[in-house]
Amino acid sequence: MSNAVSQTWYMTQRQLLVFARQPAYAIITLIQPVFWLFLFGNLFKKVVELGGFGTTSYLDYLVPGVVVMSALSSNMWAGMGTLEEIQRGTLNRFLTTPVSRAALMNGNVVNNGLVTAGQSLIIVLLGLLGGAEYPGGIGGTAVLVVAAVLLGTIFGALSNALGMLVRERESIIGINTFLLLPLTFLSSAFMAPSQMPGWMRHTADFNPLNWAMVAGRSAMSADPDWGAVLGRGGALLALAVAAVWLSIRTFRSYQRSV
Amino acid sequence: MNTRAPAVQARQLIKTYPGDVTALNGMDVTVEPGTVFGLLGPNGAGKSTTVKILTTLARPDSGTATVAGHDVLRHPDRVRRAIGVVAQNSGADPGATGRENLRLQGRLYGLRGAPLDRRVDELLDRFTLTEAAGRQVKGYSGGMRRRLDVALGLVHNPEVLFLDEPTTGLDPEARTAMWEEIGRLAGEEGLTILLTTHYLEEADRLAERIAIVDRGRVVVEGTPDSLKGELRGDAVHVELREAPGEAGSTLLTGALTGLPGVHEVLFDGRRISARADDGAAAMPALLAALERAGVTVVSATVARPSLDDVYLRYAGRRYAEADAADGSGTLALAGGAR
Repeated sequence: MSNAVSQTWYMTQRQLLVFARQPAYAIITLIQPVFWLFLFGNLFKKVVELGGFGTTSYLDYLVPGVVVMSALSSNMWAGMGTLEEIQRGTLNRFLTTPVSRAALMNGNVVNNGLVTAGQSLIIVLLGLLGGAEYPGGIGGTAVLVVAAVLLGTIFGALSNALGMLVRERESIIGINTFLLLPLTFLSSAFMAPSQMPGWMRHTADFNPLNWAMVAGRSAMSADPDWGAVLGRGGALLALAVAAVWLSIRTFRSYQRSV
Repeated sequence: MNTRAPAVQARQLIKTYPGDVTALNGMDVTVEPGTVFGLLGPNGAGKSTTVKILTTLARPDSGTATVAGHDVLRHPDRVRRAIGVVAQNSGADPGATGRENLRLQGRLYGLRGAPLDRRVDELLDRFTLTEAAGRQVKGYSGGMRRRLDVALGLVHNPEVLFLDEPTTGLDPEARTAMWEEIGRLAGEEGLTILLTTHYLEEADRLAERIAIVDRGRVVVEGTPDSLKGELRGDAVHVELREAPGEAGSTLLTGALTGLPGVHEVLFDGRRISARADDGAAAMPALLAALERAGVTVVSATVARPSLDDVYLRYAGRRYAEADAADGSGTLALAGGAR
């Protein structure tokens, strides 16, 4: 067992190393959220005047939105990496060694989780520099980061499953471009729920991205609704477990198709 | 040698892929320990599928296989500890350095600390990668990458090493260097090597025993010399201006087989292959017979038998054509006179 754990760490380390070695990619992953933060922050500055945002500074409201959106958009490309490892022969090389099969999949999950957590913290810190206030403090921020990691795990695992199943980049690109903006805008990422059209607000209740948003934003507010945090957090956890399970199943079917 | 159990033994492997593609159709392979065994065949013949099954990547539909004494289906983990695999795409991490790739590979086999450091240094040195050890693999040349692939396969001192098309895609210089390296490996105490290749020349040069694979099964097996020796006399190849058609071929076959010292006449489109006890002596009579039959000869050659001739005889078609017909690759050397 400890063997599987240390092997998971080797696999994680390997991916983190490659991530860190691609400065352009690493910087874009980290810089892009800054763009969102300051573009949207300035463009929509005045919407808080409509009311329902629970704050007078739009930046306060926006930070959790950008954290969650970034968690989604960086993890949904995980399948591209897996696809590349299949095509390059790396995955098969590992499969002919005695490495724990679970470690191969878990390495992906842990790596994506760490990158998402790092990215989320950087956004929160940049928001702070820009003058945002987080009444929920460190505890609230931690909840937001965990929610973002869970959301990332869901979409990272699904993306991996898709990569192993269809084995073509175009499908991943197509599905991601199709999903990213609708999922983001069918949520309270940029707009207070009370200002959203009724049908959008109801649809958002079924959107995992919105669950992460509600949980994180509530925890970071002055008086968190812990019932909502636990409910949405629990749903995210359940979905993350299901998505990882699905990706492990797909991995087995990949092994059978070799 | 023969008193020890075989290092690799596969019996009647059958493997069908979705879409009714029969990859293996009764594949038998036996490799004695400490030898280099070559699976030779065109693309799509079933070499890679055989390697995938023997290295625990794929499962056969039926049949059995043991590697280093362990059953690949019942004890895949024991097999994995005993084998090293250098696949066609070994996929060293391009973003990691050569040393990092080797260290990770060693760790997967449970190597730690000083023994791991020592082994990695040893391999870097042996494959002349010490200087490049700290550079990312994406900057390596094709030859360097291939040497790293082989080093990765050897990190845990395996009993059996699988080399799947080790020189495909290498330039001639890197290929020669790789051949020398494989030759050195072959001399190592106790290491068994199973090599697949679609280069006749490579199999001839490296393998002590060769199995020719065609359409998912072994059509003939033996040492390169014995295989070539079984072909009596010289190989005679004649190319006609036009294919004679089926009836014409039968007629011509009859006429040529009747000539003294000429055997095994085979038609293959516009080409005729035959064996002759003395090729040069048989040629005038052969050409005269063809002229009497009213066919125009474009070229005629006499050669010592090559593995290409062995392939033609047992697989019933010419090597380069089988390669072109079965796969996308057209890389095979046409064998030719050697």
